[in-house]
Amino acid sequence: MSSRTLYDKIWDAHLVTQREDGTALIYIDRHLIHEVTSPQAFEGLRLANRLPWRADANFATPDHNIPTTSEERLQGLEGIKDPVSKIQVRTLDDNCQEFGIFELKMTDDRQGIVHVVGPEQGATLPGMTIVCGDSHTSTHGALGALAHGIGTSEVEHVLATQCLMQKKAKNMLVRVDGQLKPGCTAKDIVLAIIGKIGTAGGTGFTIEFGGEAIQALSVEGRMTVCNMAIEAGARAGLIAVDETTLEYIKGRPFAPAGELWDQAVESWRCLVSDAGAQFDETVVLQAAQIEPQVTWGSSPEMVSPISGNVPDPAQEVDETKRGNIRQALKYMGLQGGTAIKDIKLDCIFIGSCTNSRIEDLRAAAAVVKGKKVASSVEVAMVVPGSGLVKKQAEAEGLDKIFLEAGMEWREPGCSMCLAMNADQLGEGKHCASTSNRNFEGRQGFGGRTHLVSPAMAAAAAIHGHFVDIRDLG
Amino acid sequence: MKKFIREKGLVLPLDRANVDTDFIIPKQFLKSIKRTGFGVNLFDEHRYMDKGLPDADNSNRPLNPDFVLNQPRYEGARVLLAKDNFGCGSSREHAPWALDDYGFRAILAPSFADIFFNNCFKNGLLPIVLNKAIISALFDEVEANEGYQLEVDLQQQLITKPDGSSIPFSVDEFRKHCLLNGLDDIGLTLKDAEKIRSFEDNWRNSAPWYFTTTNATTT
Repeated sequence: MSSRTLYDKIWDAHLVTQREDGTALIYIDRHLIHEVTSPQAFEGLRLANRLPWRADANFATPDHNIPTTSEERLQGLEGIKDPVSKIQVRTLDDNCQEFGIFELKMTDDRQGIVHVVGPEQGATLPGMTIVCGDSHTSTHGALGALAHGIGTSEVEHVLATQCLMQKKAKNMLVRVDGQLKPGCTAKDIVLAIIGKIGTAGGTGFTIEFGGEAIQALSVEGRMTVCNMAIEAGARAGLIAVDETTLEYIKGRPFAPAGELWDQAVESWRCLVSDAGAQFDETVVLQAAQIEPQVTWGSSPEMVSPISGNVPDPAQEVDETKRGNIRQALKYMGLQGGTAIKDIKLDCIFIGSCTNSRIEDLRAAAAVVKGKKVASSVEVAMVVPGSGLVKKQAEAEGLDKIFLEAGMEWREPGCSMCLAMNADQLGEGKHCASTSNRNFEGRQGFGGRTHLVSPAMAAAAAIHGHFVDIRDLG
Repeated sequence: MKKFIREKGLVLPLDRANVDTDFIIPKQFLKSIKRTGFGVNLFDEHRYMDKGLPDADNSNRPLNPDFVLNQPRYEGARVLLAKDNFGCGSSREHAPWALDDYGFRAILAPSFADIFFNNCFKNGLLPIVLNKAIISALFDEVEANEGYQLEVDLQQQLITKPDGSSIPFSVDEFRKHCLLNGLDDIGLTLKDAEKIRSFEDNWRNSAPWYFTTTNATTT
């Protein structure tokens, strides 16, 4: 067989049938479910009198809409103050019960953000096809799985048929050569990539991330990169399987064990693009040139190195871009030409499926240890990605570091990344956020989001404005 | 699913690139467990001056007079004219549900985000990609002519302008077939149930590690 990309290999292995027009039925190995995009799908099943094709391929946990205060969480479902949210979370519990689907409920220690919990439980395995009614499903590509977000109609389709109907995407390789400089992280890599190719740069593609700097990342760092593939327009991001991947998976609850593990590993070692595989497009970045990144606008592509300035629309020659910059600056309440370091923060959010894993919390804690949050910062919130991340952080004493610095230590969930629950950014307030979207109103009505790495968010908390993490001793 | 054959209607121009699905329907409305009723909160943060709440009465909320949807000349619009990368961001199908519930039947733009584009077809909503120059000319014509309507004929793959001239567009054959006939994807896929079953059996034999049940217990 001719040389194939990693994407080609996983696609080929899951192809059930293909129509003449190129539309294919792809078999889905794992379907992740949360409370927000699933109720209408389950209702559809009931109305059509259908059952899940393979109930044990599904894995559910509530995350988007649940409270993160200990006070509400300690009381379980009944503790949810918002009656509409309570109904939605209860509906997930009821649906999983009715259809025999594995669920980590809100009160379970292992509950958390679905994209944190899946890999953590070993429910995400290399070479799998994974879908979820959430665009950040691309996260799971970090383990060499073909994973992407779907809509609710497709959630119902996967439940009923174990397949997805789709056309194959094109192949893009984003290669990051060389080594990152100290203080620069996976988040800075992916923001720099989005800055380079734009939020529609990956539309119609599956992006494989490769190169020395990607290979050097931990699995958690790789998840941060793949998580934001969707912010570059690509439904799926992928990273080749290597020893780092295998080491991460071994021994996790859903991972194969014993002889089956050995067989799986033998098969998974082939999950790399062949030498000479053809990509429709290749983009190359030099890791050494990547600085800590900060977004200044209302789209993830509106990003600058920490040493830079907010762009001056007057300097932009392209009329459309000039208009977009003006619109963004008006919303963000920023003047063109302002130094990024002069942007003041009212709020700090450390969390989300992009950056809420233990390494993220360690990086943030290392910066705030022994220091205090600036008095001008109104709220600084740390929201671990799962109950197990929270436990681990507490075992390492990270919670105390955050609390002593004047930060809040919350229960796991999506929280202020999308602000569906009570964790909302105030109108006109600037937030240094480790999440993935800086859209208008995303973190709260009128809120102004700046996307950064966990260390950069932590440093901004201490100083009240952005600082270059590399300048701190 | 609702059929789409031929639709004629008033065109509303939304002059903004990268309209994301948070813009189309803000997150607080995603708490609903229904598929309907989202139209009144379409573009909520731009359409109203205050913050919208789920299950609230929207009839007395202050409208933003500058937002295009509130201009009387566009009342009852059926065709949405949009800019690049429309529908980017979250995969929420509430976005096409809200557009559909408001009354839109077709969206014309130079480009769409993948997940949103796909979600439209599942809801009888037709997204059409046209080149930038054509879109730009349409914006000019819509703004210059009050009551500007377009007719979208899916069978012929033609958009007809008020002056009788027409713009051809392309659409995936399979999706066209489904929209014209209002076909349900699940029903179609289940016609291949035997193929799925046989694939699954082979896959279970060759990659059994994807089929192991866990030791982990549910809660």
